[in-house]
Parts: sequence; structure tokens; C-alpha cells
Amino acid sequence: MIPAALKYVEVDSAAAAVAALSEYGDDAKLMAGGHSLIPLMRFRLAAPAVIVDISRMGGLSDIRDAGEHISVGALARHHVVENSELLQAQAPLLAHVASKVGDPSVRHRGTLGGSMAHGDPASDLPAAVLALGGSVVLQGPDGERVVAADDFFTGFLETATAETEIITEIRIPKSSAGWSFQKFNRRAQDWAIVGVAAVLGDDPRVSLINMGPSPMRASAVEAALAGGASMAEAASLATDGTAAPTDLNGDADYRGHLARVFVERALVEAAG
Amino acid sequence: MQIDMTVNGRAYSADVEDRTLLVHYLRDHLGLTGTNVGCDTSSCGACTVHIDGQSVKSCTVLAAQVRGADITTIEGMANDEELHPMQEAFRQCHGLQCGYCTPGMVMAATSLLSENPDPSEQEVREGLEGNLCRCTGYHNIVKSVLSVAGGQS
Repeated sequence: MIPAALKYVEVDSAAAAVAALSEYGDDAKLMAGGHSLIPLMRFRLAAPAVIVDISRMGGLSDIRDAGEHISVGALARHHVVENSELLQAQAPLLAHVASKVGDPSVRHRGTLGGSMAHGDPASDLPAAVLALGGSVVLQGPDGERVVAADDFFTGFLETATAETEIITEIRIPKSSAGWSFQKFNRRAQDWAIVGVAAVLGDDPRVSLINMGPSPMRASAVEAALAGGASMAEAASLATDGTAAPTDLNGDADYRGHLARVFVERALVEAAG
Repeated sequence: MQIDMTVNGRAYSADVEDRTLLVHYLRDHLGLTGTNVGCDTSSCGACTVHIDGQSVKSCTVLAAQVRGADITTIEGMANDEELHPMQEAFRQCHGLQCGYCTPGMVMAATSLLSENPDPSEQEVREGLEGNLCRCTGYHNIVKSVLSVAGGQS
């Protein structure tokens, strides 16, 4: 399948990307690794008239220690995130989850910023960033702003990123807390049918994959844990506030069952 | 648009539509039909090539995005009459049945060994999880890759 006709523009800086978005407006779409966008374009589910290629822009793929947090450039590819010794030491959940995305060839191209921008409720990395309490740095015509991951995912494939903004960086607080990532699927490289990320710091954080229209936290589970509930009690609340989809992999009830089982497994593993 | 890239050590230049996918550029413009189109959904890996030495699904990259890059396809693996060790291993170990997935398997396997020269069987299986064999001949594919990793081919 072949994407609809498009105009290809390459930019070499975040400022140039913002300028291109301002110029082309609604017709334009940023492309980094393209591993979320090109599949949509081949199916003609997306047909942007202008592709603004940011994949080879310098300076936005570094992973560095910024004191309280690790700064991950938006263009850092999954393969690089997965193998980053800094992340493996300071935010191991993120490196681990990156190693579970798709397959090795996909991980050579896909980027953390692209995964966040796409905001797919079924994708792995947004759940990891949510569980780690990360934030997203956006650059637009009026400068830079930082949005907590908690406020970033606003609906189905929708995020807080404005039309003329580009994600430049993802900030991940350093964490030595116990963590776990659970991903249930039937085929090796598939999207999660249901997934769970948990980080049991002072303030326990649990996030869910494919349990609603956007990447989301399991707030009832977190509140129960904070209130002293047992792991089994907390896990039994995994579906509170969710709206799981029904598709050929399973209906909402089945996903709810999976969520309760995998939240409990995640909590046990993270506490272990 | 005008695109220039090196494919299998040779410089190519062409004027293509902006929307051209790398796999279509390789097959339709350069005639390098060893790279197959399988699922067209970034799942099967039949279209795997190397971009600057790393395995990539060429159905999920715009040709324009890899201007100036160094691309290797299955046609670039053998050295004249001498097969690449991975191709020879697939031949020796009967690592192919219908052969459709084979070019992608060879490209993914060589990329895997460049990152992990001595993988376990499990690591080979996981390293090839982006490449599907509809003949389900995985056993001998894994055996082929392990034989190269162990230097026994």
C-alpha cells in the first residue's frame, strides 16, 4: 500500500520545525522514525499533505543526566533508550520497556518522542513515562513549556501538544524504587492486549496499557496502596475508571480480568 | 524529489515522488527485487534491509528520509560467487523452505550478530521476532544463525 501524495520537507532544528508547522498548519505532520505514522499513511487512515521530517535533526537524540532527572531527547530511538547505561542505572523501567517495543528492526527507527506524540493507548512507552512520573518538553512559537505526563494524554491519539508545537525532550525522574512491567499479547511483536507498568516509590504509581482511550494511570489502585490496602485488594480495583476497548483480541470484560491479574503481578514483582 | 543514496556500495540518484517508500524505490526504481513486500503492515520483516548497518523494515521508511545513507539489500551480501556466511549457513542448515522470508531473515540475522556476536538460542529467537516465516521453519533458521555465531558454518 502506498501513502497518499504528499510534500516532503526536511528541517534541521526545532525552531525550523515550529516554523514549518506554523506555515503549513493543519496539513502538516511531523515525522521522526515514522513507525507509527507511516503505517497509518499506508492504510490512508492519515493523509498529511506535508511531511516535516525531523528524523535527522541534530541535538535532539541525546540522553543526559540533568541532576534530578534524566533528559531524553525526543529523537532518541528505542534501540538507544534500551541500551542506555544511564537509563538502565537511573530509570531502569524505561530502558526495559523500550526493549519490549515491537521488534529489533522497529526499535532501530522508532523514537521516544514519536511514541509520546502518537499517544496510542496500546503503546508501551507512554505507560512507562506515566508510571515514572515523567514530563514532556514542548517547543512552540512562544517558547518552551513543560507538561507532566499525567496531563499530556488527553484523548484517543490526542495529546496536549498544540498544532504548532514539537516535543523536544522527555524528562524522567531518577528512580531507585521497585518496578515492574507486564505485557500480555499473543504474538511476539504485537501490541499489548493489556499491559501494566508499576513503580513503587514513596508515592506508588501504576499505569495501564490498552484499558481506555489513552494511556492512563490506575488511580484507584494507587489510592488503595497509599491507604494501606493489600496488593490483592488494590489490584481488584484495576478497572475502576477504565473504559477498555473490545476488539478481536478480547472484549472489555476479558481485558478487565487481565488488568486485575497483571496489576497484582506487577505489584508483587515491584515489591519483591 | 531528487534522492541520492548508496545501495550495495554503488551510488544511485533518482527523481521520485515524495511519498515513495524505500522498499518501492529499491524494487521498482533500482530493480533490486530480492527485498520482498510481505504484509505491508510493518509486521513480517520480508522487506528488511540495512540502513547504515542496522536492520530496518524498508516498507516503513520514506526513501527521502534516507538520502545520503548507506543501504544494503540481500543482493549486496554475497561477494561475487561466494555467499555471505549467513547465506551459506541457511543453505547448509536448510534454513529456508519457500524462501519468501529468507532475504529479510538474512538481513535481520546479520544485524543481530553485529550487535550481539554470540547470542543464545533464546536471544536469536527474540532477535528475529520481527521476521515471520509462514512455512514456520523457525527451527532451522535459528540453527543457521547459531551456526554462524559459533563460527561453524
